[in-house]
Amino acid sequence: MSNADATRPILPPHQSYADVTDQLASIPLHFPARRTWLIALFLASLLLGLLFVSAVVLFAEGVGVWGLNIPVNWAFAIHNYVWWLGIGHAGTLISALLLLLGREWRNSLNRFAETMTLFAVVCAGIYPILHLGRPWFVYWMFPYPATMKVWPQFRSPLEWDIWAVLTYLTVSVVFWYIGLVPDLAAARDRARRRGWQVFFGVLSLGWRGSALHWMRWNQAYRLLAALAVPLVVSVHSEVSLLFASGTIPGWHSTIFPPYFVLGAAFSGFAVVSMIAIALRALFNLGNLVTDDHLDILGRILLATGLMTAYGYVFEVFDALYSGNAHELQTLKDRLLGEYWWSYTGAVVFNFVVLQPLWWSAVRRNAYLLFAISTSVAIGMWLERYMILVTSLYRDFLVSSWGSYTATFWDWSTYIGTIGLFFVPFLLIIRVLPVISIFEIKEVLHDENEEEAKEPRHA
Amino acid sequence: MPEPFGVLAEFETPEALVVAAREARAQGYRDLDAFTPFPVPELNPVLRLRDSRVLWLGLFGGLFGFALALAMQMFTNFDYPVNVGGRPLYPLSAFGIVAFELTVLFAALAPAIGMLALNGLPRLHHPVFGARAFARASKDRFFLCVLASDVQFEPRETTRFLRSLDPASVELVAAP
Repeated sequence: MSNADATRPILPPHQSYADVTDQLASIPLHFPARRTWLIALFLASLLLGLLFVSAVVLFAEGVGVWGLNIPVNWAFAIHNYVWWLGIGHAGTLISALLLLLGREWRNSLNRFAETMTLFAVVCAGIYPILHLGRPWFVYWMFPYPATMKVWPQFRSPLEWDIWAVLTYLTVSVVFWYIGLVPDLAAARDRARRRGWQVFFGVLSLGWRGSALHWMRWNQAYRLLAALAVPLVVSVHSEVSLLFASGTIPGWHSTIFPPYFVLGAAFSGFAVVSMIAIALRALFNLGNLVTDDHLDILGRILLATGLMTAYGYVFEVFDALYSGNAHELQTLKDRLLGEYWWSYTGAVVFNFVVLQPLWWSAVRRNAYLLFAISTSVAIGMWLERYMILVTSLYRDFLVSSWGSYTATFWDWSTYIGTIGLFFVPFLLIIRVLPVISIFEIKEVLHDENEEEAKEPRHA
Repeated sequence: MPEPFGVLAEFETPEALVVAAREARAQGYRDLDAFTPFPVPELNPVLRLRDSRVLWLGLFGGLFGFALALAMQMFTNFDYPVNVGGRPLYPLSAFGIVAFELTVLFAALAPAIGMLALNGLPRLHHPVFGARAFARASKDRFFLCVLASDVQFEPRETTRFLRSLDPASVELVAAP
């Protein structure tokens, strides 16, 4: 980042603590965009309903209603699991990594980015359970003294998965809530109606902003942030090991953990940008989520996108360098085989469409950034599809080659999880402060201090 | 007159609060508390706030999680040994991920819960909430409180002292 950016304040000057508090705390208390919100909630509920119907059909009929079968026995279930989990990671990275690095612009984005993480992880988490076919046996994943005298197999990546995801979900919830408590107290003190007072009063745990409490809070919050960053890396590395631990050509590569982690951050930053732009428009938050924020998000998107593109290049190199006949066959299948569109689509949506972000005017244009972010979300979805299906549909033995097509219920479940994401997300932005109030005030305070030290002449 | 909890002085900026806290320390007051809408780390040395128990909880939580994870994985493989292609029964490389996850889980839960417990939260009510100006402690005002437990505390004298610090308001807070 250039020097000009370091000294220029990220938030417009001359905003008082009181204005910001009232503006943000009044979003839940005097909700501004009722009609838009209700329409969005209605549409999201329809999608959630679709998920329920799909789940009922799945449980009644069995996983046969999905298109996965030998040889492509991992398809939409794992594909969308990885996609959703990856989206979730950006929320943690924005919130935790940038907190530790002292990047104050993150204070406008961290709250809704973390909220996005929670529900993205929930969407990811239900997929393995649905995929079980007999979801009522999900507790077999846990080590409990069973009458059958068996234990889960801890040497399998499939068992690592449940520990990684549940830890990630728990730590994300705790980090989100600890960061929320002071804002809940601010909303409690602004609330006039009894119901809101009780609601925020109970949730804020009696927070009163004592100096000693803040000191301990800071220790806990920063410690959690310091733990969350390696946690993200470990969780998505672990997800990549679901693939890389096997010997399937196209999966068995050491590039997989960083390739997956970067791709996850890439798709997640795209969705954060989309949500930032949508919320900014919905709640008139242009004074807090500024064009400078979009500019930075655009840069991060470009950077993580190029790192993901490096993964594509390395994957090809890996196959060529190995000289292994099966690896080469898989490479050819990816580029030119039945599912060539998923590879081409990933490269086009994730790399080609991304290039305008080199220009600041594009990054600062909300419409263009939204369009590019949507393209990235689609591109990453195609990439996960490509990695899964093109490796599996033709493995070592020609006799076991086959193909895969997603069925109606595959699609309906996937589209339904979008409802599972948006319904709770919309409910949260309705009842809780969507932007961290006290952290915004910290930024304003620091900017005022800078201003006092060396006044700017605008 | 009810028992006092302390005297609360309201300031408009964190800088004014830090100055006032320093004055109060110089005056000999020791039982002080401050209430701010966002963290003001400059207060910690002035008020002599020192407590690293939250961080220690993180360390012990992490060690506990690590030990628990290794013990759990070793035991399950010991109690139900499965030969997977001749691979070792107790491979640390395969146990590493779950060990790392549980280390993080307990290293995060212990300080989070510990922070709330050390702060005495959740708590339904506190005397300072009875102060008229206090709703702005979560908005845009910065409060210094001389607690009644201070040996030098004397309602009228302490109020007069705090008034001399140029606050926006001074208020005697009653204990519940």
